[in-house]
Amino acid sequence: MPLVKNTEVVSDRYIRILDDAPIPASGAVLVPAERFLADAAEFAARNAETGVIWPNNQDIDKLAPHLDKLALVALVFPKYQDGRAYSQARILRERHGYRGELRATGAVLRDQFVFMLRAGFDSFEVKKDADARAFGSVSKRYSVFYQPTGDGRLTAFRKRLQVSAAPGRELHSASR
Amino acid sequence: MYVHDEFDRTLLQERVNEFRDQVKRRLSGELTEDEFKSLRLMNGVYLQLHAYMLRVAIPYGTLSSEQMRMLAHVARKYDRGYGHFTTRQNIQFNWIKLSDLPDAMADLASVGVHGIQTSGNCIRNVTTDQWAGAAPGEIDDPRIWAEVLRQYSTMHPEFSFLPRKFKIAVTASDHDRAAIKIHDIGLRLHRNGAGEMGFEVLVGGGLGRTPFIAKTIKPFVTRRDVLTYIEAILRVYNQYGRRDNIYKARIKILVHELGIERFAREVEDEWQQIKDGQLALDEAVIDEIRSRFTYPAYEKLTDNPPELKQGLEEPAFKAWYRNSVRPHRVPGYGIVTLSLKPIGGPPGDATAEQMDAIADLADRYAFGEIRVGHEQNLCFPTVTKRDLPELWRALDGLGVATPNVNLVSDIIACPGLDYCSLANARAIPVAQEITRRFANHETANLIGKLHINISGCINACGHHHVGHIGILGVEKNDEEFYQVTIGGRADEGAVVGTLIGPAVPYDKVADVIEDIVETYLDLRLRPDELFIDTVKRLGVEPFKERAYATG
Amino acid sequence: MTSPLQQKLKITGPSIVTANRTSDGVVIYRTPSKDWSTELSEAAVVRTADDAKALWAEAIADDLGAVGSYIAPVQIGSDGAIGPGNFRETIRLRGTTFALPASA
Repeated sequence: MPLVKNTEVVSDRYIRILDDAPIPASGAVLVPAERFLADAAEFAARNAETGVIWPNNQDIDKLAPHLDKLALVALVFPKYQDGRAYSQARILRERHGYRGELRATGAVLRDQFVFMLRAGFDSFEVKKDADARAFGSVSKRYSVFYQPTGDGRLTAFRKRLQVSAAPGRELHSASR
Repeated sequence: MYVHDEFDRTLLQERVNEFRDQVKRRLSGELTEDEFKSLRLMNGVYLQLHAYMLRVAIPYGTLSSEQMRMLAHVARKYDRGYGHFTTRQNIQFNWIKLSDLPDAMADLASVGVHGIQTSGNCIRNVTTDQWAGAAPGEIDDPRIWAEVLRQYSTMHPEFSFLPRKFKIAVTASDHDRAAIKIHDIGLRLHRNGAGEMGFEVLVGGGLGRTPFIAKTIKPFVTRRDVLTYIEAILRVYNQYGRRDNIYKARIKILVHELGIERFAREVEDEWQQIKDGQLALDEAVIDEIRSRFTYPAYEKLTDNPPELKQGLEEPAFKAWYRNSVRPHRVPGYGIVTLSLKPIGGPPGDATAEQMDAIADLADRYAFGEIRVGHEQNLCFPTVTKRDLPELWRALDGLGVATPNVNLVSDIIACPGLDYCSLANARAIPVAQEITRRFANHETANLIGKLHINISGCINACGHHHVGHIGILGVEKNDEEFYQVTIGGRADEGAVVGTLIGPAVPYDKVADVIEDIVETYLDLRLRPDELFIDTVKRLGVEPFKERAYATG
Repeated sequence: MTSPLQQKLKITGPSIVTANRTSDGVVIYRTPSKDWSTELSEAAVVRTADDAKALWAEAIADDLGAVGSYIAPVQIGSDGAIGPGNFRETIRLRGTTFALPASA
């Protein structure tokens, strides 16, 4: 599945180790949560990047104490209609101040890109090649946002306050 | 009237463009139905028995005449010339083609109308009562808060894929005309002991297989804090609501399984972390939204103008005036209900011609503003009393002046097996027959206020659980049977009705309703003891006995 | 979730496969020639669970042309005419059981 970062398809420098295989001394690795938590000290001692795959049915706050040791957190959308990872993403970014790579994995279609970006994801394992290639244009589908997230975009509420402070503003009347 | 601006219009246009792309990818095979289904539901596109159906949102039930004309246009151009108004202040078009939908949506978007989030596991149309801003005794116009919530909930990045649908309703009156207690979140705007305005927040109401009346989670939340508090509720639900079983996925189940105290604690813990964040509402934002609601330039008028006095000499007008007109908060004006329940007709439908004519009448008599109620009737919230006789003549000519509002023939019914792929039995013909039995308006007035609700399946889109008389269609061996309940209420005294006995076959339902009504007329203490109060006083037994008596 | 095709299937009598056409939602019936028709008379009739399953699998595979396909009962008249086998299918075939509100 293509990996998208900064609107481009890129190769993944993380090696996924999903079983008991030994963790290499160097190179970026991505491991499931159980493994990471069990061997936390070993991972902390590595002089290379560590990523964790955090399941969507585990409290994300449990990962908070380890964020300073992580370069990547991968959250999971088992099907795209299962939106728990959106909450996990926002909590990681907005409450715990996580600044590393935040990856969306699982079932990711182009129709979720804008939601995911707004929730704080910055890399995406995209299900379909065509969707991955379209990331750049699709992520610009919307220019108006009604509610604030950690992405810093000004909401329509706020833009209106700015605009109404300026003279000569026109409203579209819905009748008359 | 809420005045849309370039931000609202741009967002709608962007949404239409996205949907056009999604339909294109579906029709080219790039998207499977499995992948497409949730996407189309989030734009209000259902598949019914005969065709696709588009459910269009009418935010807090408010329409301009321009918007009503566009609904008529869509009915004519893309559908079969009519639309159906629903129990959540939406309108449904039953015969629409998928290939036409992007164009239909573009037409609707040009006047600020859309189907965004009228289906799917997201926050649905935020509803309030159809008299908002016009009724006496409101503490504030609840539509302002419904609009705050509409913007908050539209394409919310975190809450677009919840465990299940999510419905919010707002009331600002002591008498709850918005049925907040059967919503996932209900908000009651009121003043606390210190005179401060804020919200009682209720959570976990909902009908369907497991009906629940909402419970108060927080008796008072300030206006500043209401959005952060709602965000806390949604975040707890998004993370902990069940996703293993669609029949156990609503927030009412989570509240029931955790208990209201524990649920409230979870929400409080979350809320404490976000209450002073970006969603805290300052007065500038609230005022900005409020400023975009325009109200008529009210004149100083007498409540009893000569035109009205003269009009009342005509019995037909008098009957209608007494039934369909209610006092406005401003003297000299009235709130007019347009009954979409003609005797023998399918409840809640309007033809394109009716819609156009109603739009014209709204311009002429009602400051261009129309409302949709969850009782599936329309409303002109503001009409001068002196105009009423003239208006009535026009409404009567259109067939929307049946003087049966709130009476036995003012039935709420879901589309049922005639349209809906979820249904087990029909609802509309049952409603039609009942109205025919009670076609006599004098009889209906004698009976008084009586809400009958009919659902064609346990999903309860007709809100049968909270009908004064509730009728639920079930299927046995390919035959239609109906369970009858009595004593339900949807207002501030919300309660689920009680079953009176075994299900009865299709051709017996109207007889049973007649029996129930006769029992009431025989046993009521006084003519003004309402049906609902007689049932409360006597219980189900006397009604059951009469309905199931043999011979 | 198990695919409906993996579940045990039972039919109660002669059956057909029906769906809605993807582009416009019109009711359609699976024909013997691996196609769809809006005419019930042209539907392929199956009489065993295995045949029903095979016909349904074919229909499901046509994700582009049809939405929501399922197996429905039919009645066969003495003249061999195919009729809807339950009330729901009668409504799908003939439309609503009351006149639509639109003016003539």
